[in-house]
Amino acid sequence: MSAYEISIVSVVGINVILAVSLNMISGFCGQISLGHGAFFGAGAYAAALAMVGVGSVALAICVAIVAASLLGIVVGFASLRVRTDFLAVTTIGVNFLFIGFVRKQAWLGGEMGISNVPATGLGGAGNMIMILLFACATIGLSFYISRSWMGFAFRAVGEDEGAAATLGINSGAYKLAAFGIGTALAGLAGALYTFFTQFITADAFDFIFSVMLMAMVVIGGIGSTWGVVVAAVGLTLLPEAIRFVNDYRLLVFGGLLVLVIRIAPGGLAAMTRGALLHVRRT
Amino acid sequence: MSAALQLDDVAVRFGGVQAVAGVSITVETGDFVGLIGPNGAGKTTLIRIIAGQLRPDRGRIQLSGVDVMGDGTAARVRRGLALTHQIVRPFREMSVLDNVVLGAGYRRTSSPFRAMFHIDRRRENERAGHILAQVGLAGVERKLAGSLPLGQMKRLELARALAVDPKVMLLDEPLAGLNHTEASKHVEAISDVHKRGVTIILVEHNLEEVMRICRRLVVLNNGQVIGDGEPKEVIADPVVHEAYVGSGMATHAQA
Repeated sequence: MSAYEISIVSVVGINVILAVSLNMISGFCGQISLGHGAFFGAGAYAAALAMVGVGSVALAICVAIVAASLLGIVVGFASLRVRTDFLAVTTIGVNFLFIGFVRKQAWLGGEMGISNVPATGLGGAGNMIMILLFACATIGLSFYISRSWMGFAFRAVGEDEGAAATLGINSGAYKLAAFGIGTALAGLAGALYTFFTQFITADAFDFIFSVMLMAMVVIGGIGSTWGVVVAAVGLTLLPEAIRFVNDYRLLVFGGLLVLVIRIAPGGLAAMTRGALLHVRRT
Repeated sequence: MSAALQLDDVAVRFGGVQAVAGVSITVETGDFVGLIGPNGAGKTTLIRIIAGQLRPDRGRIQLSGVDVMGDGTAARVRRGLALTHQIVRPFREMSVLDNVVLGAGYRRTSSPFRAMFHIDRRRENERAGHILAQVGLAGVERKLAGSLPLGQMKRLELARALAVDPKVMLLDEPLAGLNHTEASKHVEAISDVHKRGVTIILVEHNLEEVMRICRRLVVLNNGQVIGDGEPKEVIADPVVHEAYVGSGMATHAQA
């Protein structure tokens, strides 16, 4: 594989982890988060500091997961107080706060970010394989959770917290769990991103990136692991394959998002289900 | 033996309105209590306080002798309280069966950590199937809950409440919106639940049905208990009568 192909596959893997993890929070548990980039960034910065300081890949991954999930649980507490649109706005605020904070911190490299992060020693292809393995594990975990009683309770909390409580389900605990797991995985993606680029700046984790991740979730079909994986792969490759899409990335993603919400709110997953049903009937 | 439900001096105020003003009620195990009163008497507010959806300004609530003031709705449900809403709230995007399975699995969902390590639903599926048959919903298990007509949704609400193995069931206007035939059927279903040993507290405007099935009547007016006892005696009480003057409900019930 060429270095270009390795880098594309690596980015696809990272975006799959991010989109699937966001889907756990917003799709499974119904908590709309538009600040997933902040948790991704928290993981990336934590991993960069760990790599610069100690140089251990395993430690960097652990630190990234812990840092992102701690921030995630703090935001999860906000979800106990604010709901739906207000939660979405709060998470946007968290994303902006994160970027604003990081840019002003000398120990995080300020505007310049952190460069010269030590290599993992696995090489480009090795890193790519590690990313793909973690992406597969994330997809597996997502399928497992959606089949487990946790996923079942997430769906209830997402649909009606009050009704879930009448079945003995503590909505608050489940929302915290969703934020904890989803943001921990975003932290993992952050660490993998740091290993891949060896150079990070705050811009990579901004609000626009969070919206792109939400676009992947919505276009794939909110709540559907397969749909979200397909959308994450497709929307990452599309700008690489078509130059126009790359030049007008936001326009194309925004347009697709509006189209999906207007025509098929269930996204690719619902469209596929509908098509399969149609084929079976005819 | 401690009472199934005990309220001591429960009160709550909304701005200038004393919605519930020092209510004390003891409900013994196996009771079938009708909670009635004119509009704005504080019935739904009291039910919401018992259910843990509203925190009272003062007072104490005990379920089977355990103080539940620090518990939210979910914790009270796990202690044996079940409730149905005045306006039905099924999980519309789930099947009828899954709505009940989720209740039947309340032990598995007691914490996210525990829920994460359980997948098997066979036992709960089976139990939910039995409960649905019990309330007359056999045959619609696979339908989406949101597609059911109101009468069936009310029964689904009852089935979900049954799924959590309740000792005490709070029913907030379960007959509202039902026609005469549906209401009679629903009352039979509620009566069956009571016969299986569940203590029932029923808030209902349909006084005719309340008089028919309840063993005890508690009347609220302006947030206070103004009558409590055997239904016919309570309804004949001049104070209770006075509270209903103009509504014609008492006259109708006595007729």
